[in-house]
Amino acid sequence: MALTEPPLAAFNDEAPPGARARNLALGIGGVILTVVFLVAGYVILADKASPIPKPLITLLAIIWGVGGLLAIFTVSNWIVEQLPARAMQILLPAVFIGPAVIFLVYFLVLPSIRTFWTSFFDQDGAAFVGLANYIRVFTDDATLLAFRNNLLWLAIGASLTVIMGLLIAGLADRSRFEAIAKSIIFMPVAISLVGAGIIWKFVYAVRDPSSPQIGLLNAIWVGLGHSPIGWLADNQPFNNFFLIVVVVWLQTGFAMVLFSAAIKGVPADLLDAARVDGANEIQTFMRIVVPTIMPTIITVTTTIVIFTLKIFDVVVVLTNGNFGTQVIATEFYTQFFSNRSFGLGSAIAIVLLIMVLPVMIYNLRRFQQQQA
Amino acid sequence: MPRRRRWLGPLAVNGTLAVICFIWLVPTIGLLVSSVRPAADVLNSGWWSVLPHQDYVMTKELPIPTGVTGDAPITIEGVSATFDAFRGGVTAPDGRRILWVGNRRTGRIEIQQKQWVAPFNFTLRNYQIVLSGGDKTYENTGGTLRTERGGDLGSAFMNSIAVTIPATVIPLTVAAFAAYGFAWMRFRGRMALFALLVALLVIPLQIALVPVLRDYTGLDLNGTYLGVWLAHTGFGLPLAIYLVFGFVAEIPRDLIDSAVTDGASHFAVFRRIIVPLSVPVLASFAIFQFLWVWNDYLVATTFLGGTQDVQVLTIKLVNLAGTRGQDWQLLTAGAFVSMIIPLIVFFALQRYFVRGLLAGSVKG
Repeated sequence: MALTEPPLAAFNDEAPPGARARNLALGIGGVILTVVFLVAGYVILADKASPIPKPLITLLAIIWGVGGLLAIFTVSNWIVEQLPARAMQILLPAVFIGPAVIFLVYFLVLPSIRTFWTSFFDQDGAAFVGLANYIRVFTDDATLLAFRNNLLWLAIGASLTVIMGLLIAGLADRSRFEAIAKSIIFMPVAISLVGAGIIWKFVYAVRDPSSPQIGLLNAIWVGLGHSPIGWLADNQPFNNFFLIVVVVWLQTGFAMVLFSAAIKGVPADLLDAARVDGANEIQTFMRIVVPTIMPTIITVTTTIVIFTLKIFDVVVVLTNGNFGTQVIATEFYTQFFSNRSFGLGSAIAIVLLIMVLPVMIYNLRRFQQQQA
Repeated sequence: MPRRRRWLGPLAVNGTLAVICFIWLVPTIGLLVSSVRPAADVLNSGWWSVLPHQDYVMTKELPIPTGVTGDAPITIEGVSATFDAFRGGVTAPDGRRILWVGNRRTGRIEIQQKQWVAPFNFTLRNYQIVLSGGDKTYENTGGTLRTERGGDLGSAFMNSIAVTIPATVIPLTVAAFAAYGFAWMRFRGRMALFALLVALLVIPLQIALVPVLRDYTGLDLNGTYLGVWLAHTGFGLPLAIYLVFGFVAEIPRDLIDSAVTDGASHFAVFRRIIVPLSVPVLASFAIFQFLWVWNDYLVATTFLGGTQDVQVLTIKLVNLAGTRGQDWQLLTAGAFVSMIIPLIVFFALQRYFVRGLLAGSVKG
């Protein structure tokens, strides 16, 4: 990184006497302006029957949200800087880190505790029911099926993604068309799971045998002389596989990019040595490249496992959890939103948290080692 | 050095790669092609039929023979068959096909011949309908007027922008300040706070939805941009701080110390040294978070799902898939509308995007 010496004179805040009063007036003016800006913006944007056209409201919302935050930081910093040096030293970290801590505590820490608490209460949170919700989670047919499906997702989805990612990264590394091939495989990573869901729902579309099949898969299948299949509904539980394919399609690019970067880092002399010893390309890949990039494989696998545990959008778009395809996250959503069963929904969320706990502990351990 | 001939020849490598790339591309191509085909075409033939292929084309039309009754064979153009056979199409010895269209009394006869065709009737009407807020009336090829309910994705597009930009900039700003604080300020509880941050990296956000939604209902924040910005900020912050911290902490100490000795405040150092130097990492996170929020469905539907005016693209698209699941020409157009911004970001900023993704791979 090329660092150029910044013009330090610019940082010199020593003001000539008399300018201090002006500084104070400016600052207080700034505080008042900020408050007015925040309140006025809130009032305008909160008006749901506003006559202002949509594009203008959008622009206004963006300016208000972004500008308001910058103003809050600047103003609170200014206030703290007016305080005596000692007070400033204590309060300044609060200005810098305080907002982040408030967000983290309110949106992640407190909710975890509150959800944990709610999970011991009944549907509307009135009566304490002990472990009843958890017992239901682990005995109810619907949730058990969701767990089984999530296991399928983990076993098939995660491993297929890693294998395809490795295969493509390995092939691309030996090809002249590396850049374009990687772009093509990588592109689905940018689009939403909802969009991907619709793309594949169209591939799987099924119609009555008397009409032409407009879904690609059934057109091929019928072309081979079979009758059309409802890929997403028939042959349970194998229909889950066709949902999993969508996420493999979407995630392989992610795995490939990380593997590709790691493969480029494998020392060339290591590869040459193996080749001299008579190993063919596949043996070299399996015995040298794969073990060398194992840390990356573990990272990618962990990320995909966590992602897969929470899989939601794809199932909603493709089957809405019907035909025995529900997963933990859709069960959570059903209990929480459709059945308004807050206790049971909370218990499912806690189970999800428990499942990622090992990764959390692993991350913390690594963090501790880095600090030591 | 003796080098063995590579077991995998370039042909095998490139061939396998080409097959995989083809499989990867085909679903998206099908989506794009279908989104610009007329509704009738989409429902009557697969999207691949726009490719050149041999198909029967009508060369001659005949009036139906009179007096057709029962299953008695009829002779048309020198070919004898039953009515039912003609209904399904009968191939004459010369390769022509004879097809009875319609019923026994009011139908007509088509004489068809196999020809090379590539029937692609390009149209943007699907996009007009799917973007439009109200009803959309248009003239059919026959001259009849037809009205369809719009998908309202135009306003959803604006909502997605109004949600995504602040939901990217706000966490970025909060995270940059916090990362500086963690890296260059000394205060009690710093390590404990940072450890907490690391723990929060993988927390499933489902856990936060129940209580936060309940609070929002009380605070009247449901169905507001502000509510969803704050939620996305909260959920995106652990990764944002973690990433930016990793970069900011590596900035040489001398640079900051000398500025401080010259009387610069932390705020000035942050604004004039840290932020300009951190542009690469800030850009990487911005792209990652932008796509994350733009593509998000769960958070959006939880906090905005109940209010029509503020629903973002993903919500509208899921609704469209639910209510008009067979209108493939609209669904495909709608899906492409939702993909256009991510694809632009992807192709224009691929390098930053990859960097953000590499860094973001720790996110849960």
